[in-house]
Amino acid sequence: MKYQSQKIALYYFLAALILFALQVTMGLVAGWVYVDPGFLSETLPFNILRMIHTNSLIVWLILGFFGAAYFLIPEEAEREIHSPMLAYVQLAILLVGALGAVIGYVFGIHEGREFLEQPLWVKLGIIVAALIFLFNVTMTFLKGRKTAITNILLLGLWGLAIFFLFSLYNPSNLSLDKMYWWYVVHIWVEGVWELIMASILAYLMLKLTGVDREVIEKWLYVIVATALFSGLLGTGHHYYWIGTPGYWQWIGSIFSSLEVVPFFAMVLFTFAMVWKGRRDHPNKAALLWALGCAVVAFFGAGVWGFLHTLHGVNFYTHGTQITPAHGHLAFFGAYVSLNLAIMTYAFPMLRNRDPYNQVLNMVSFWLMTGGMAFMTFTLTFAGVVQTHLQRVLGENFMDVQEQLQIFYLMRFGSGLAVVLGALLFLYAILVPREREVISPIAAPAE
Amino acid sequence: MHDFMTKSRARNIFYGGSFAFLAIFVGLTVHSHLYILETSTDHEGLTEAVARGKHVWEKHACINCHTILGEGAYFAPELGNVWQRYGGLDDPEGARDALKLWMQSQPTGIEGRRQMPNFNLNDQELNDLVDFFEWVSRIKTQGWPPNEAG
Repeated sequence: MKYQSQKIALYYFLAALILFALQVTMGLVAGWVYVDPGFLSETLPFNILRMIHTNSLIVWLILGFFGAAYFLIPEEAEREIHSPMLAYVQLAILLVGALGAVIGYVFGIHEGREFLEQPLWVKLGIIVAALIFLFNVTMTFLKGRKTAITNILLLGLWGLAIFFLFSLYNPSNLSLDKMYWWYVVHIWVEGVWELIMASILAYLMLKLTGVDREVIEKWLYVIVATALFSGLLGTGHHYYWIGTPGYWQWIGSIFSSLEVVPFFAMVLFTFAMVWKGRRDHPNKAALLWALGCAVVAFFGAGVWGFLHTLHGVNFYTHGTQITPAHGHLAFFGAYVSLNLAIMTYAFPMLRNRDPYNQVLNMVSFWLMTGGMAFMTFTLTFAGVVQTHLQRVLGENFMDVQEQLQIFYLMRFGSGLAVVLGALLFLYAILVPREREVISPIAAPAE
Repeated sequence: MHDFMTKSRARNIFYGGSFAFLAIFVGLTVHSHLYILETSTDHEGLTEAVARGKHVWEKHACINCHTILGEGAYFAPELGNVWQRYGGLDDPEGARDALKLWMQSQPTGIEGRRQMPNFNLNDQELNDLVDFFEWVSRIKTQGWPPNEAG
């Protein structure tokens, strides 16, 4: 750790990890409700479980992005963060908001639009916290060295804050509501968040492989260009059936098919950098997460996204289990893995020590990734069967669901693997030991 | 790529292209906004009751179990066409009564079946919610869903 203020990141990461634990726990419980529908149906019904599951995911990912920014901007800008005090005030606001939101949800207090359930006071808190953050890091950026990595990262974070403003607009006309709702949801995850993802991956490649900055930053601009060129009009794949004009079927199909390009480019980029790089960085676990992030994002967001994005296909699959199959692998690959990669890289430095618990950390990668892959397969099979029975043959929804039970049972098993992997990750990252449980480097011969 | 694509050229393409695509996207959204108001939805017929019904829909987070126009959770049936499914086109009064009775009789308590909570809606809330479903069922959705099962 070169700069004292990088330490801020540690507290953001810890807060993020607490919510990560809450997120996967709620996911596991919700997965169990699919198997045993009576479970908790009176005390914590499914809609509340899912709300906590998705909201804690979104908030912990954003806390992780903020932490990553506080960690890497001082190094890139070659100066301390403008005001560490403001950074802690921002964290306090976000934590009060997150805690208030979760407690409120349990008692049924929410705004009731999917993913944007936060009560108004929490939304305003998020906006105030985002403004504090943007002021703080932009000041640091402006006074320091300007690199393409910080440039793109800040652009992504500004975009995140600006598009969140659309969450305040809730017209009574459901079609209008949905159209602008996607301004937040789609333009976040298939637009500006990709800028954040690409810039953090670029930073990790710079540090882990030692490839020349000029090469890395050129790649970065090409990747983010393909991301926004495809992703902005790719929003059209959500405008097929909600009351929007028919031309979106063509625009959405063409541009969202191209959304696979930036994810494929990130795979090529990370692997090319590792091959070119001469540096043998000791943090192998961070490298595994970074490469895994690019690969799983390509399959989850790219391939599984393309699977149901053409309007002729989507007419039948829209709103079936195909969607959560894609959603789970895409979020895990692109944004969960990204956060766990930067945390795995940063934690040892924030504690001023060599990388630790690397093998445990890598086992957690394979447990979580294997679990998520299996979950994606089970939900994909469930979705295919559902599409055929319900959308082609016209069988009633609940009758179809009863025929999918075997897939939900297997999905619960895969969820268990993911939760075990997450717990192992928490242990590996939070409990450094004097000696490695298993050393990543073979012991030298005596 | 090495000679042609310098870093500054890549940066300029990124900024210029992104701005252009954002402008196209916003332009098309403006057109779609007008299309929704004038063509695809009954904006004139969006009564106070429909607006209140949408609020009932949100207050109880219905979307975190159900889907509406295919969006939401996938735990419970699609409700964008629930009005048609309940025969509202032929017998509006019958469909209204059946929908209200369904919500009032939750949870079913049937072993092994997904349970919908009872939200203790009063008569006005129930009527508003049904008005909302009726209004939504008339949105022109390019022919989606493929059949009545939703």
